[in-house]
Amino acid sequence: MIERFDFSDLRELFAKANEEKSGDQLAGIAARSERERVAAKRKLADLTLREIVQRPLIDPSEDDVSRLILETFDQESFHSIASMTVGEFREFLLDDGTTDVQLEQVQRSIIPEIAAAAAKLMSNKDLVLVAARIRNVTRCRNTIGERGVLGIRVQPNHPADDIGGILLAAFEGLLYGCGDAVIGVNPATDSVATVGAILRALNRLVEAYEIPTQSCCLAHIATQLAALNAGAPVDLLFQSVAGTEAANRSFGITLNVLREGQQQVLEHHRQRDVPWVGDQVMYFETGQGSALSAEAHHGIDQLTLEARAYGVARAFQPFLVNSVVGFIGPEYLADERQIIRAGLEDHFMGKLLGLPMGCDVCYTNHAAADQNSTDNLLLLLTAAGCNYFMGVPCSDDVMLNYQSTSYHDALAARRLFNLRPAPEFLAWLQRMQIYRGTEPASLEPSARRQLMRGLELSVEKAICEKAI
Amino acid sequence: MSRSGEPSDKPACADHEPSPIEQKLRAQTPARLLAGRSGAAYRTTTQLDLREAHAAARDAVGIELDLFADFGQDFADQWNLFEVCSQATSKHEYLVRPDLGRRFSAASRAEMEKRCPAEPDFLILIGDGLSATAVKAQVPQLLPLLFAGAQTRGWQTPSVPVVRYCRVGILNEIGELLKPIVAVLLIGERPGLATAESLSAYMAYRPKASDTDANRNLISNIHARGVTPQSAADRILNLAALMMLSQTSGYQLREELSPERPAARLI
Repeated sequence: MIERFDFSDLRELFAKANEEKSGDQLAGIAARSERERVAAKRKLADLTLREIVQRPLIDPSEDDVSRLILETFDQESFHSIASMTVGEFREFLLDDGTTDVQLEQVQRSIIPEIAAAAAKLMSNKDLVLVAARIRNVTRCRNTIGERGVLGIRVQPNHPADDIGGILLAAFEGLLYGCGDAVIGVNPATDSVATVGAILRALNRLVEAYEIPTQSCCLAHIATQLAALNAGAPVDLLFQSVAGTEAANRSFGITLNVLREGQQQVLEHHRQRDVPWVGDQVMYFETGQGSALSAEAHHGIDQLTLEARAYGVARAFQPFLVNSVVGFIGPEYLADERQIIRAGLEDHFMGKLLGLPMGCDVCYTNHAAADQNSTDNLLLLLTAAGCNYFMGVPCSDDVMLNYQSTSYHDALAARRLFNLRPAPEFLAWLQRMQIYRGTEPASLEPSARRQLMRGLELSVEKAICEKAI
Repeated sequence: MSRSGEPSDKPACADHEPSPIEQKLRAQTPARLLAGRSGAAYRTTTQLDLREAHAAARDAVGIELDLFADFGQDFADQWNLFEVCSQATSKHEYLVRPDLGRRFSAASRAEMEKRCPAEPDFLILIGDGLSATAVKAQVPQLLPLLFAGAQTRGWQTPSVPVVRYCRVGILNEIGELLKPIVAVLLIGERPGLATAESLSAYMAYRPKASDTDANRNLISNIHARGVTPQSAADRILNLAALMMLSQTSGYQLREELSPERPAARLI
């Protein structure tokens, strides 16, 4: 007897074609058996790209992300691929004959739901293979994303936002060749005074050493802009984004808030005396499960919603985008297997949609994962050409209470795959004698003493400022 | 420390005694700094320290809340603590079903209606969240400070429900059930490697079913090396006062911090 599976609409088909995720099960939309999962994949493979564009998963009249997605893709170039099925599209992405130029054209021709559909038909290795062909290069105070480059965000968080503790953690990261993607602090307290103090301290560190990199304080966008208006220097404007209007509302943002923030920071950059090499000023973080967590998922699976978050991000020409893949907890990604799958999917979809994708490869202590899990995903994503990872001292974030990747991990990934820091940053590392060639040098005592001076100056100024 | 096979255990960042300023700054942070390295990996001690801390954190997730053992009978009586439960029926179910952790069991709803008068000014709840250890560590200091501050301000503060298997979203249901003007939920954060004793305070003005994080304010990292209980109490009370004044809560409301005078304002 042949088992038959029926799928009532596109949402159900998309959800059931997913690899297993605890979040889809929690939402009650996952495939009920492996046979049903494969049946959904087969049916999805036969769908044309045109059908996906013509049947929006969320009605544009009730969701501004749906409207944004339909307004920001190139309909004219989509025409040439519209009659492909998802299965044919997967093969097109993998084909020897597909040129880099063609892949670049595809980025603007598709909507996020097409990237999601393709991901659902791919194996983990397929996701790596296609992503590794795509380089999305961005510029702010330096250049991130070129072939042969692996960037690292230094993440020197502190549970009470202690400036001295933050600066020492950042300083140590620099000695490991980390910090080219950004020196980015998640504040424990989302207040204008705290965010301003962190931004000024990071900027002093950058100025003391004339480091060609950007700094950022990852507070709510409104707090960062209030700090900017109070005189704090903002290199990158950060915000978490999600794939539905309602989920974004739960973050306290609208698309218009993002637009106005971007314009304000661009204007602020023009007024500062900094040798900018580009005008990409936004930094976004995302993660599968955020819309469900906010009860704003519209019955759509978390992979597809994640792709839609990238649809939001790409409308703002970001400098950095990363999924925080294991952060949300086991209700959405239960274990190492699901976290690895999601990390590879997110990176693939982001790259295919033209984004400078990095990844916070991480896990929380209530998920079935450990440091071996992050080792595995780190290496897979390095092979996939990921733009950047996090650098957290010994992987232990003492403010957010989760484990990510470390300064040590950065050395390992770069060494194994023969990758370098961003070009401007590498030249600086060599000038400061922190690096010899493309590897860390053993610092001469005199060079080290000189390096310490910049840290001391930064800290002293922070203390003076506090006294005032 | 290179591919050519030079000794790799004396790297750039650990081939020296930390300078006085490094030592001073390192003492200011629980972050694992200046650990040195073994090539592109941790030293053996670091590697094993991390494994040990992870094992402890995994264990902390599984620890159950025990009202009388954690706080003592006297403390529970003094502040009128009483135990209620969400709809989750086990730790495991709690971890995989966040929706159940946001709803009270029927018996608990009845218990709260019996013990708490409706429409209090300032309702304090305690929830285990992901660390009963954090609740046990911070609440004995924090709760008396909150009651004292509330009394000074003339706020009516009812008995304190202690919620087993509790998620932040339970604020919405308490809002519908008891209609407090301001509610504050003291809840255990997920354990990190540095501490399992970190508590969060989630606050909402007139919480209701449709609330999301955008409607709430959060003071996190309440523990000895983060935000101290005294500082947390001041900030919670100030935020509560501002919520009552501005009749709102959430992202429009921002704390203004200065060392001497914590305050809050609308931005």
